[in-house]
Amino acid sequence: MFESKSGVLLVAGLGFFVFAFLSNGLVPALMYRDLPEKSVEELAADNSNLMYQFEDLSYRYPEQFAKYYGVPSDETLAEALRLGRRTYVAEGCWHCHSQFVRPVAREDERWGPVSRTDEYQNVLQRPVMFGTRRVGPDLSREGGRHGNDWHAAHFFQPTLVSAGSPMPEHPWFFDGSPDLPNRRGIAIITYVQWLGSWLESYPYYEDYEPIELPDDDE
Amino acid sequence: MIDTQAVPPDAARHEDLVDDPIVVAYFLAALCFLFVSMLAGLLMALQLVSWNPLQGIELLSPGRWRMVHTNAVAYGFLANAFLGALHWAIPRLTMRPVLDRRLSWFIFVAWQVVVGCTALGIVVGPTLQAMSPAWEQLPFSFGAQGVEWGETPTWIDPLALAGLLLVGINFMAPISRAKGPLYVASWYFMAAFVWTFLTYAMGNFLPQYWLTGTSAGAVGGLFIHDLVGLFVTPLGWGLMYYFVPIMLRKPIWSHGLSLVGFWGLAFFYPLNGIHHFLYTPIPMFLQRGAIIATIAVEMVVFTVIVNFFGTIWGSGRQLITNLPIRWFYTGMVLYGLTCLQCALQTTLTFQAVIHFSDWVVGHAHLVMFGVFSLWLLGIMTYLFPRLWRTEWYSRDLCEWHFWLSAVGVFVMFADLTLAGLFQGYYWGSLRPWDVSVDGSVPFWMVRVFAGLAMFAGQLCFAYNLYRTWKAARLGPAPSAAKPAPVPQAS
Repeated sequence: MFESKSGVLLVAGLGFFVFAFLSNGLVPALMYRDLPEKSVEELAADNSNLMYQFEDLSYRYPEQFAKYYGVPSDETLAEALRLGRRTYVAEGCWHCHSQFVRPVAREDERWGPVSRTDEYQNVLQRPVMFGTRRVGPDLSREGGRHGNDWHAAHFFQPTLVSAGSPMPEHPWFFDGSPDLPNRRGIAIITYVQWLGSWLESYPYYEDYEPIELPDDDE
Repeated sequence: MIDTQAVPPDAARHEDLVDDPIVVAYFLAALCFLFVSMLAGLLMALQLVSWNPLQGIELLSPGRWRMVHTNAVAYGFLANAFLGALHWAIPRLTMRPVLDRRLSWFIFVAWQVVVGCTALGIVVGPTLQAMSPAWEQLPFSFGAQGVEWGETPTWIDPLALAGLLLVGINFMAPISRAKGPLYVASWYFMAAFVWTFLTYAMGNFLPQYWLTGTSAGAVGGLFIHDLVGLFVTPLGWGLMYYFVPIMLRKPIWSHGLSLVGFWGLAFFYPLNGIHHFLYTPIPMFLQRGAIIATIAVEMVVFTVIVNFFGTIWGSGRQLITNLPIRWFYTGMVLYGLTCLQCALQTTLTFQAVIHFSDWVVGHAHLVMFGVFSLWLLGIMTYLFPRLWRTEWYSRDLCEWHFWLSAVGVFVMFADLTLAGLFQGYYWGSLRPWDVSVDGSVPFWMVRVFAGLAMFAGQLCFAYNLYRTWKAARLGPAPSAAKPAPVPQAS
């Protein structure tokens, strides 16, 4: 067996591979088979945090929003989420931003609750966006931490709001200026606001320090 | 380096076995993609230190080119170079030609289409799709697929899989017809043809169309790891088992260790994948299993390294005089380093600090460039003079190629490993995120220059290759290297 063609092909090649797949790939699939997979429509339908952000986009950028999405509704929200996820993948965002909070290294103090399986049981995690690298922060609890205008400025030119940021500029999400997000721009902001929006609160780990404003009287 | 052994009268002729032009074609295609990949890596490296002069251009987005970087190196450089080397090694090893030379050329063209479409899809796909609302409504993306190392757009996946199947068929024909006991290299090649096909199918289709969430993550981990462990590693070691004894003109030190190495790798390697996603919601018993299997596989591969050092024992001077041997053994030393690092970093203790950091990026460069690219560049250094029937234009340029590549990748590895430790501790200390970015910048600067050294090495190689080709066109020199006679089975 050890030096024969059939041994190498069938035992080492096929057999060991299938054994590894069954034990490492199929076991979690079977363990989680009863967790329902949510569709994008279901995700959009019962998430008031997210709808709040989506409506905020329509107030902030009325012409752009009307031009690309019409009016905020469950359907247009689902459409934006779908395109947002596609853009997140296509632009390679997931190679510098992870989407899971680990139970070690005090990550829950920085980002919020440790990630659970059911958070990933939906179509927008197909394939799953765990990520393997954090050049920028984890995004799985990013929704609601920053306003839509912050995200718009940040996507247009990250250094505008985050000095020293190595993140690439994405001016193609806009029709020329940061107050004119286009279809992809509105979609990617909606997607980022979705991340963690299913949680009830947004923990902040950095103490709020008010910026000292110049005194007008003097 | 010239083999002057007399040719036995009944020897199979090299011309009947090996289609020299296809080996050259694969190597040149591989080098083209290596340059694409290195330029993409350079762009990302410059972006990280805020020196990117091409900011804000959609088709030069570092995010997209980062994916071109990894895919061009895995499918463009490594796969092409492996296929070229296999077209030389397998027919000469089995003394039978591949199934069909026309099929070989068809595969060659198809594979360049696959890799070219991958790069085009990743770079141009999203822009193209955004041009028409109708295209945006389509249920699939023109651009990258969300699987790490499998960003090949979904629409090109079936062609890539068909290509891999044809590769297996084309090469299995001579191996299956070979008589007598199989040599070690053939075990690795045969297993690799099965594994590569299965791995590609598993990683590109299951998380996309069947699995979701955590279970897709488990399969994604298997894919990341199997691509290195079951496609690149067996082909790399198979080629080492083929070329090293030929060049040293002595047999592998221990056949028993060869058996342990192959079967240990075959059993343990596929069980490792989940270690890429430790501390995720993937069940903890599977994570622990993957860690144990990883440490086991590192022990097993050390037997292979020991075996190769046993083989060169007594011929150490070849490391100085024989350039390809030096490339191979440098790669093996770095392989040992990789495996040692891997056995440590896979533990939960290390993962708590280094996961998500540049440590992992350093590890990836050490494996993909420091080991397998060094081996393949060594094979090219050995084969080009034989394919073109002429000596290298400049031995000095060959030396520059070696030293810039080897030192460059080692500096990059050491630098990124250190960067990873710093990043891990910055994060764990809960200081603001920007602190970890600012603290990384000096390391990223060093990385730019390490990368430029590696790039300069390949430029030396390209220039040397061009001058060698020009000399070869004028006709072979009287003392030209000829392909060594095909070794006869004893």
